[in-house]
Amino acid sequence: MSEVPSTTVAREDLFGLAAEFTTTPGIYHAAEKTRAAGYTWFDCNVPFPVHGLDRAMGVKMTILPVFVFFGGLTGLILACILQVFTNSLQIDLWALVPVVGYQFEVSGKPLIGPAAFVPVAFEMTVLFSALTAVFGTFFLNKLPMFYHPVLKCPQLARATDDRFYLVIEAKDPKFSLAEVEAFLHTLEPESVIALEK
Amino acid sequence: MTTLPLKDNTGENPSQRAQLILNHTSFGSVTDDILKGNECPKPPRSWYIALAISFSMMSMLGVMIGYLIFTGVGVWGNNNPVAWGYPIVNFVFWVGIGHAGTLISAILFLFRQKWRTAINRFAEAMTIFAVICAGTFPGIHIGRAWLAYWLFPIPNQMDMWPQFRSPLLWDVFAVGTYFTVSLLFWYLGMIPDLATMRDRANSKVKAIAYGIASLGWRGSMRHWHRYERAYLLLAALATPLVLSVHSVVSFDFAVSQLPGWHTTIFPPYFVAGAIFSGFAMVMTLAIPARELWGLKNFITTRHLENMCKVVLLTGSMVGYAYSMEFFIAWYSGEIYESFTFINRAFGPYGWAYWIMVSCNVITPQIFWFKKARTNIAIIFTASLLVNVGMWFERFVIVVTSLANDFLPSSWGMYEPTYVDVLTFLGSFGLFMTFFLLFIRYLPVLAIAELKAIMPEADPHGHGHSYNEMEGETDASAKEMEEGE
Repeated sequence: MSEVPSTTVAREDLFGLAAEFTTTPGIYHAAEKTRAAGYTWFDCNVPFPVHGLDRAMGVKMTILPVFVFFGGLTGLILACILQVFTNSLQIDLWALVPVVGYQFEVSGKPLIGPAAFVPVAFEMTVLFSALTAVFGTFFLNKLPMFYHPVLKCPQLARATDDRFYLVIEAKDPKFSLAEVEAFLHTLEPESVIALEK
Repeated sequence: MTTLPLKDNTGENPSQRAQLILNHTSFGSVTDDILKGNECPKPPRSWYIALAISFSMMSMLGVMIGYLIFTGVGVWGNNNPVAWGYPIVNFVFWVGIGHAGTLISAILFLFRQKWRTAINRFAEAMTIFAVICAGTFPGIHIGRAWLAYWLFPIPNQMDMWPQFRSPLLWDVFAVGTYFTVSLLFWYLGMIPDLATMRDRANSKVKAIAYGIASLGWRGSMRHWHRYERAYLLLAALATPLVLSVHSVVSFDFAVSQLPGWHTTIFPPYFVAGAIFSGFAMVMTLAIPARELWGLKNFITTRHLENMCKVVLLTGSMVGYAYSMEFFIAWYSGEIYESFTFINRAFGPYGWAYWIMVSCNVITPQIFWFKKARTNIAIIFTASLLVNVGMWFERFVIVVTSLANDFLPSSWGMYEPTYVDVLTFLGSFGLFMTFFLLFIRYLPVLAIAELKAIMPEADPHGHGHSYNEMEGETDASAKEMEEGE
């Protein structure tokens, strides 16, 4: 509790104030108190997902599973269209553009054999769901983001190692430098750090 | 022969199990310990020697493939009737190896097997490299390798499409999906650890390289929330996927009419065999890696013992499948089927059959004994033998059925050429080169996940945290109900 953040960063350049904790109970209870104090623009930067911290912060359940469901559905529909089209379809668009699949007879088997289409339909469903899950996470997390005040501050480098940081951003409607600083000190952090934009 | 101290190990009483992480009580020391192999200025000399050997073998693979493409498939021993030969044996072998990674990362994750955390990262890496090796073989086996893109449904001027009613095309989709999903799973899991390496980098080049690879991850809990959800979804998706991939590979055989291939037991039997060989390969790699890279605090005897148990279980399943195949061949009353199986065991390739049985069925039975499950030398030898046995299993399935099918007039023996053998050895070079580069330049264990299973990670201070399979305490269970 040595630093006086208000003197290190100009007010207009201030991104927010960070409180440093060394233990998981420390950050957990700090997050609970911050939420109870009515702050909304705050985040915790932690080296691993602390169990229950998202609930303590009041993070809403992500919409990601819904994305993934529709991603999987897209894969399933595409796989069915692809297989039916390429193996059997024959349509004439106004007799101008003949679109013909590759109708290849093999030992009298039907051109549209639903049982034979199951493996590829399954694989495509899984593929599209997985791609949606990963790229959906990146999209919702706004990654890649190579510039961020938290990354810029060398004092917060240990957020990916063994320290836990609670950051209250300056854009929070309740933010006032003196008040937030006093509030963070009541959480008994190791130190309070001012973050430059 | 070194026997590890038993106190590190699974106790007789499940409530007194050994800790998953030994000798560490702070998060920082875990990071330091795992990354010391990446951050030391020079890796051990054995790493350079291993890399030199692997790289030479990989170059040999390149030369052999070049020779094959410029000369034609006649340089191989493949003939008519044995048109599949080594390339498909090797393909199935490598795909099988690749199964342990996703099993560990997905199925054991859903089953809340916390010990998987120490081995999942490099098992996933192993999966990806094994699938790369596997993918090489069908690509060069098609004969005209420059037309390999015909495998994919790409619109073309010939108005020609792949045959979606063929299991060989299902395989393209299954293996392609498996590779992509495994890669995504591996990469997603690695992002937080790459960020750790970025923040600890001691040179500008490293900081930029790891910085780009970690996408600007900053450990935000709001990000972690979605990340954990995505990880769970991927695990749920990869679970049926891992079971489907080797089932689809087995359809390549089972959907044909050939005696010895045309059986319904193939999908579960192939999946069990794949997990069996995959775990054996994980142990083959884990044992030297934990010695050289000093990872004994994380990959403990308890982990090795658990893996031995999986090998014992799946090995017994494979043994059951072998005996059931024989039984059904006799019970069906089909003369071709019965002949094929008697021919497998006592015909010209009988030696391969008995190598397979002794390595795959008899060897893992040693793991019934706790002394064997905790003895590094025995574990390592047994895992090598299982790898050998599983290669021979694929050899027996592919070659014996094709060599002696229905009509004796169309029978023919198969002999690999030196090109076959060197190509196979070269694929090990490819695999090991990737693996050695991986353990040097990427986080070899899942650092963030390992920290999360430490007792110190529990924000409620109960101490047991994720370490054991115990139920939640009443207080935290109540809290969870309220939260939902």
